[in-house]
Amino acid sequence: MSEPTASGGPIIAPVGAGSTEAEGLELKVRSQWSYARDRFLRHRMAIAGLVGLVVIFGAGALCNYIAAYPLGYVDLTNVEHGPTTFGHHFFGTDTTGADELTQVLYGIRTSLEVGVFVAVVSSVFGLLVGAFAGYYRGLIDNILMRITDLVLTLPALAILLAFSSLVGQRWPSLRGNLWVLSLILAGFFWTGIARIVRGVFLSLREKEYVEAAKASGAGDLRIMFRHILPNTLGPIVVNGTLAVGGAIITESALSFLGQGITTPNVSLGALVATAQSYPEAWWLTIFPGLTIVLIVLCVNFVGDGLRDALDPTQRRVRA
Amino acid sequence: MLTFIARRVLYTIPVMVASSFLCFVSVSYAGNPLAKLYASPILNPDIIPKIIHQNHLDVNIVERYFYWVQSLFTQKLGISLVTLQPLLPDFERTMGHTFQFVIIAETLAIILGVAVGIFSAIRQYSVFDYVFTSTSFVGFAMPTFWLALMLQLLFVYVWKWWHVRIFYTSGLNAVPGGPDWGLDRFQHLALPIITLLIISFAGYSRYMRASMLDVINSDYVRTARAKGVTERRVIMRHVFRNALIPITTFGALNVGALLGGAIITESIFQLDGMGQYFIIRLGNGDTYAVMAYLMITSVIIIAFNLIADITYGILDPRIRYE
Repeated sequence: MSEPTASGGPIIAPVGAGSTEAEGLELKVRSQWSYARDRFLRHRMAIAGLVGLVVIFGAGALCNYIAAYPLGYVDLTNVEHGPTTFGHHFFGTDTTGADELTQVLYGIRTSLEVGVFVAVVSSVFGLLVGAFAGYYRGLIDNILMRITDLVLTLPALAILLAFSSLVGQRWPSLRGNLWVLSLILAGFFWTGIARIVRGVFLSLREKEYVEAAKASGAGDLRIMFRHILPNTLGPIVVNGTLAVGGAIITESALSFLGQGITTPNVSLGALVATAQSYPEAWWLTIFPGLTIVLIVLCVNFVGDGLRDALDPTQRRVRA
Repeated sequence: MLTFIARRVLYTIPVMVASSFLCFVSVSYAGNPLAKLYASPILNPDIIPKIIHQNHLDVNIVERYFYWVQSLFTQKLGISLVTLQPLLPDFERTMGHTFQFVIIAETLAIILGVAVGIFSAIRQYSVFDYVFTSTSFVGFAMPTFWLALMLQLLFVYVWKWWHVRIFYTSGLNAVPGGPDWGLDRFQHLALPIITLLIISFAGYSRYMRASMLDVINSDYVRTARAKGVTERRVIMRHVFRNALIPITTFGALNVGALLGGAIITESIFQLDGMGQYFIIRLGNGDTYAVMAYLMITSVIIIAFNLIADITYGILDPRIRYE
C-alpha cells in the first residue's frame, strides 16, 4: 500500500457513493494491515493512549533539550521547594535542590529505553523458542516447554532482585547498569511470547500452504520464518507492547528496592525511593510515581487496542 | 482421578529438583558466600579455611549442591555464613507474619473481586461496570510500591494534621502484649493489607468479569434461557459455577506467589515478613539465606501450582483426560 490519506479520515472505503462498504462497487484493494489499522483507529482509548505515550516518551527522549536544568544542577536557593512556576520548578525541587521535573524527564528516558529493549529482546527470544518448539514438536518441544514452565514457576521478583544484586556485588562496574538490568529482565519476559508462538506454529504447520511450500522444496527455516512467522506477528506485537508496560513497572520496582538502576542513570523508581525518607515533601513521591502510572496506563490502552485490531481471534476483553 | 493427581504430583518432583539446582548454581556463581567473612574485622583469618572445609566450599558445584540439599533437611535449612546461625528460626518467625497478612488480604480480595466481577458482567456497560472497570485498569498500571507509599503518606498527614492515629505506617507492634495486642496488631497490618487488597482486587475483578462474559455469551447459556430457566438461576447455576473455574487457578497461583513474601509491601511498611527478610539478607550478601529463601518460595509456588492443577481437574473433568 502507498501513503495513507493525508486527512486521516476513512482511508479505505468505497470510492463510490454510499457510506457502507457493501454499497461501493469499486473497492480499493486492502491488505490485512489496513483493516487492522482501521480497527485500531476506531478504538478511542487506544488512540488516547497512543497520544499520551507519544507526548510522555517524546518528552523523555528529548529530555536533554526540554529539561529546564541540566541533570545534576542544584538550585541552592530553592532546596526542597514545593511545586511552583518560579524557576520552572513545576514538580518542585528535591532535598538537594535539584529540579524534580528535570529528573523525572530523565527517568522517563530510562523507562523508555528499558521498556523497549526488554520488549524487543524478549519478543525475539520468545519467538525463536516458540517457533522451534512448535515446528519441530517432539523432543525439542518437550525440552523447550519444560524450560519455559520452569521459568514460570520461579519466584520472579525475588530471582530478579537476587540476580541484579549479586551481579552488582561480584562485578561492581556493572552495578546499576541499565543494559545489564534490561537483559536480566528480558530473561524473564520471553515465556509468554514463546507459548503463544508455539501454539500458532503447532496449528499452522499442518496447513495446506505449508505442505505446498514443503513440496516445492522450501527448507525448514524458510517455512518457519517466511511462511508461518508472518501469521504470528499480531499476537507478538500485542504481547510486545504489553511487555513494555510490564518491564517498566518491574524495573521501577527493582530500582525502588535499590537493586535496579542507580546513578548516574535516573530511574523513576529510584526517585520515589529517595522520597521515601521525606514524607513532608509529598511532591517527590507523587510526581515520579504518577508518571509511571500514566506511562503504563497508556501502554496498556495501546496494547488493548492492538489486540482488538491485530488479533481478532482473541475475544475482546475490555479492561 | 487418582491417576491424574498422582501424575501431577510426580511431575512436580523433577521441577523441584531443576528449580532448586538452578537457584543454587546461579546464586553461588554470582555471589561470593565468603565475602562477608573475609571482610569481617573480628574474625581470625586462620579459621576461614576451616569454615570453607566445613561448608564444603572446596568441592565442585554438583557435590556442593547435594551437601546443600542435605543441610536443608538436617541442619535447619543450613547455616548462614554471615551470622553463623541456622536459618530455620528466622523463617519460622517471618513466615508467620507474612501468612497472617497475605491470607487476610487475599481472602478479602477474592471475595470482593468475584462479587464485583459478577455484577460488572451482568450489568455490562452500566455505571457500576465503568467505575470498577476503570478502577481495575488503574490498579493494574500502578506499581505496588507507589500505592503503598501513597497510603503511608496519607496516614502520616492524617496524624500530622489531626493527631489521630488510625493506622500505623510501619512496624508490626507498638505494645508487647496484653489486652490491646490484637487491636494494635490490626492497626499495624491494616495498611499492608489494604495495599495488597487493592492490587489483587484489580486482577481478580477484571479476570472474573472476563470469564463471566465468556460464559454468558456461550451457547448452553442461551439454551438455558430458551428453555425458560429464570435469569437468577441461569446466572447462579449455569454461569457463575463455570466462570469460577478459571479464577480458582488464577487465585491459587497469585496466593502462592505472595505467600513467599510480598517483598515490596513488607519492606515499605517495615513488616517483619519473609520478603523483608530476603531483602535484608540480600543486602548483607548472605548467599545461603538467599538460597534458602528462593528454595522455600519456589516450593510454595510449585505446591500452589499443583493445587491449581488439581482443583482445575476436579472442577473441569475434561482436563483430566488430556
